[in-house]
Formats: sequence, structure tokens, C-alpha cells
Amino acid sequence: MSSAVKTTGKLSRQRRGDIGWGYFFILPQLFGVLVFVLYPLGYVLVLSLLEWDGLGDRTFVGLSNYATELTNPDFLNALSNTVYYTAMTVPTTVILSLMAALALNKLRFKNFFRVLYFAPVVTSAVSAGVVWLWVYNPDFGLINTYLQVWFGVTGPQWMLDPNYVMPSIAIMSVWLGMGFNIVIFLAGLQGIPAVFYEAAKIDGANRWQIFWSITLPLLSPTTFFIFVIAIINSFQVFDQVFIMTFDGGPANSAVTMVTYLRDLAFVDFVYGRSSAVAVILFALILMFTLLQFRIQRRWVHYD
Amino acid sequence: METGRGARLVGTALLYLAVTLGSIIMILPFAWMLLGSVKDLGQLYQIPPNWIPNPFVFQNYVNAWNSVPFSTGYMNSAIVTVTVVLANLLTCSMAAYAFARIEFPFRKTLFMLFLATLMVPEQVTIIPLYIIMRNLGLIDTLFSLIIPYALFNAFGVFLLRQFIKGLPIDLEEAAIVDGANRWTIYWRIIMPLIRPALAAFGIFTFLFQWNNFFRPLIFLNSVENYTVPLAINFFRGQYTTDFALLMAGSAISIIPVLIVYIIGQRQIIEGIATTGMKQ
Repeated sequence: MSSAVKTTGKLSRQRRGDIGWGYFFILPQLFGVLVFVLYPLGYVLVLSLLEWDGLGDRTFVGLSNYATELTNPDFLNALSNTVYYTAMTVPTTVILSLMAALALNKLRFKNFFRVLYFAPVVTSAVSAGVVWLWVYNPDFGLINTYLQVWFGVTGPQWMLDPNYVMPSIAIMSVWLGMGFNIVIFLAGLQGIPAVFYEAAKIDGANRWQIFWSITLPLLSPTTFFIFVIAIINSFQVFDQVFIMTFDGGPANSAVTMVTYLRDLAFVDFVYGRSSAVAVILFALILMFTLLQFRIQRRWVHYD
Repeated sequence: METGRGARLVGTALLYLAVTLGSIIMILPFAWMLLGSVKDLGQLYQIPPNWIPNPFVFQNYVNAWNSVPFSTGYMNSAIVTVTVVLANLLTCSMAAYAFARIEFPFRKTLFMLFLATLMVPEQVTIIPLYIIMRNLGLIDTLFSLIIPYALFNAFGVFLLRQFIKGLPIDLEEAAIVDGANRWTIYWRIIMPLIRPALAAFGIFTFLFQWNNFFRPLIFLNSVENYTVPLAINFFRGQYTTDFALLMAGSAISIIPVLIVYIIGQRQIIEGIATTGMKQ
């Protein structure tokens, strides 16, 4: 890119030397990407075709690990829990964050509120998970206590009832991650040129019309970005589940793809099957990422 | 005209009310934690709860600190976090500078490779990474956490490259004409200029490393090597019923994060806003 480097003798010498410098500068990170990402990625593909306990002999078994897992009720349970969690968290988080951002965008103390809404994002899912266990405590937790005191209602056994475990974790996750999306939505809103709004006002559009025909369409790149990032993140959910349940919750109601693959590899030592699950997870994430790029090109308009 | 203004005033008031209510909900669990952490069990199990502790039981913090290896956890987390942050600031800015300004063969391809690896979540490669670390004899050492993170951060390379590309090139050209080599340019010209980006990136890395749970959980076995999130997990297993201790422990664990957040909130939030969008 540096158009500066032209034909002077000194500069062309510099340029020849640059090849060495270029590789010197990228060397540490290039080493990292090869050894800690690309090699492991190839390795996990190979492992998924083997039967191996991590120490003894490796046996080539072809695609049978995939066949095993795709028909395994435990895997299907983990997959469906993950999809269920995604279906609960993603729409909720997108809608609530959008509403919050729209509201915040109009306010004078925007930055102050933004700091408050963002606070959960920086705390660890681990400490937050411990706190939420107390919030969800069936007898003395924040929610059930006030349900009892204010409404005389006995609240659910949040983290003990198989029907409530995943929704409970989903609520906590929405709380934990919303601030991130709000900040991105706010940035998106600020990117909409004021002239559009002025023109609409001159044309006599009401607020609702402005929202539907200006804000929402022009915010579509942001919305789509958040939507896909949220899906990808929710497929990787681990920390909350691990901290807030013991062993995947009652009746395995909170086992997700990542807790499942972690148990297979590091509790049961079936590396091959666990790797197959990892590859399936990767395929799903890759699919959503590519979808993002593809659809983005078609209907998302950057100005 | 008058009614229009009145309605707008009511609307704005409602908006403030909703936003305030929302922020209370976001903060409430923290308040619940902090207040719970200074109650004794009698107060903790009171219905309806007394929000203001009476008396304040600060002993919980002493007990929490002493009942699990929090001091070693803090030390280990500090070692991992500081080392990875410093290493990332150096290695990512070096790579970023090369990708932004130096011409060398396969530059584009290699940069695309870095971008592509953003699609590989660490959960996918955890098994091979574990095996690599085991073969290197690094399992159950802090090195197993430090080395891979120190040498790989595609996000950092991307972020800093974008920033460097936005800088005016005049100073560097002048330096080249004066015979400065690439290292001098990088260290004396680029590094000072990208300080704001380095600050934001350093804070992100700090927060991620301090809160990191997945890899430490898998790579570390001995309690003396635990980082803070593992200490909390250990703690939760030991004291499932003593929520006062759990709340104190949880509060202890997020103090560094809150300090960093309060100091750097502007960089963090604006950093997210800009890097999230500039695809």
C-alpha cells in the first residue's frame, strides 16, 4: 500500500530489506496461529475419525463417531438444549437491546446509563453465576422472596426443576450480555445521517413511520450483525451452565454442546467422539458465519 | 401546540423512568451480592429480606479469603493476565504494523488467514490443544495458559492494523529517508501514536484473561495453580449453602475487574462500539 516507496536507490534498498522485516514482525503471531489454531483444527478433524482414550492405541473408525453421536440421545439432548437456549436468548436479547438503545439514544444522560447497562458484560460469568444462584434460590432468593411477599405466590424451584433450569440460565445470560448489544446498537443509531430524519419530518412523517421506514432499515446491518454474533455465542455457552448447575442440571436439562463435549473428552476420555462433537459445533458456527457474510451482501445496505 | 409539548414531556418522563428501571435491574444482582456479602446467615435467610445489613459482617470477607486459595488464585491470575496483556500488546502491534505498512510476499493471504481464524472458537480446538500442552509437559502449569494466548490474538492484530492504517504516513516516510530502520519506526513512531488503541486492546485482554474460565478449568488440576474463576468454582463446590461466604468470594473476585472498568469504561465502551461495527 505504501505508495511512498518508489524508485530512489535508498528506498528500493529499504524495500528489499522489508521482506525480512515483514516476516520478523509477524513471526510471533504467525507461529501462534499455526501452532495453536490451524494445527489443532486439522488435528481435531483427524481425531474425530479415530477411537482413542488419549493414551492407548488409536484406531481409525471412519465416520462412525459422527454416526454414533448423531443418533445418540445424549448428544441430541445437548443439541436440542443448545438450540432451545439460543431460541430463548437471541430474540430476547436483540429486541430488549434494541428497545434499550432506542430509549437511551434520546436521553441526555446517555453515557451514564450506558456505563450501568454495560457493567454485567465485564464481570465474569463465573462470579455472576454464583450471584444468580442466590437470586434464584427457591426459598430465600431475590425473585421468590418477593413473589411470596408481594403477591403471595410460591415461585418455581428455578435451578432444581428440569423445566426451569434452561430458562433460568437464559434469563441470566440475557442480563449478562445485553450491554454489549446495546452499545453496538447505539453506535449503529449514531451512524444514521440526521438528514434522513430531517427530510422525513419535513414530509410530515410521524414517529412510527420514521421508525419503520428510516431507523429500522438503516439499522439492519447492525441488527443482523448482532443477531448472528448472538447465535454464534449462544452455541458456545459453557461458563454459566457449568457454574450454575451440578453436572448439567436435573435430568440433564442443562447439558449443552460444549459441556457435553468437555465431559466426553475430559471426564469419559473418549477423544474421538468428543472431537466429532467439536467438528459438528464448528460446522454449525461456520455455517452461521458464512450466512452472515452472504446475506449481508444481499440485503444489508452500507451507505 | 401546548398539548403536543405536554405529551412529549410525559413521554420523556416515561422514557427516563423505563431506562432508570432497566438500569436498576442491571445493577440489582450486584447490589444483592454486595449487601449479602456483609450479612450473617440469620440476616441472609430473613423473609422479607432486610436490604441494609444490621450489623455489617465484614468477617465474611476474611473467612472467604482464608477458606479457599484466594491469595494464590489472585497471584496466579495476576501473573497470567499481566504476562498475556504485555505479550499481546507487543506481538499484536508488531504483526499489525507489518500488515498495515510493510510489503512482503503473501501479506494479503496471511492476513486473510488471521481473519479467518476469528471463526474458530477455542471450544472446537480444546482437545488437540490439551494434547499439545500435555506433550510439551505444560499441563497444570500457568504456561499452558500464557503461551497460546500470548502468541495468538487475531482480534488484536486486526484491531491494531485498522488503527495503524488510519494514521498519516508522512512521519514514517521522513524517518525512512533519514535512514531509520523498520524497528526504529515501529518502536519510536508507531507505538507512541497507537497508544489509545493499545490502551483499549490492553483493557479488553485484561478483562478476558481475568474472567477466563474454560481453558484454566481444563488445563489446571492443582489448587495451587488455580486462577480466580477456578477458586470461585472450587469455593462453590465447598460451600454450597453458605451464601454469605459465596457472595463475599464473588465480590472479592470482581474487584479488579470493577476497578479496571471504572478507570477504562470510556475506552472499553467506545472500543466495542467502533470495532464491533468496522467489519
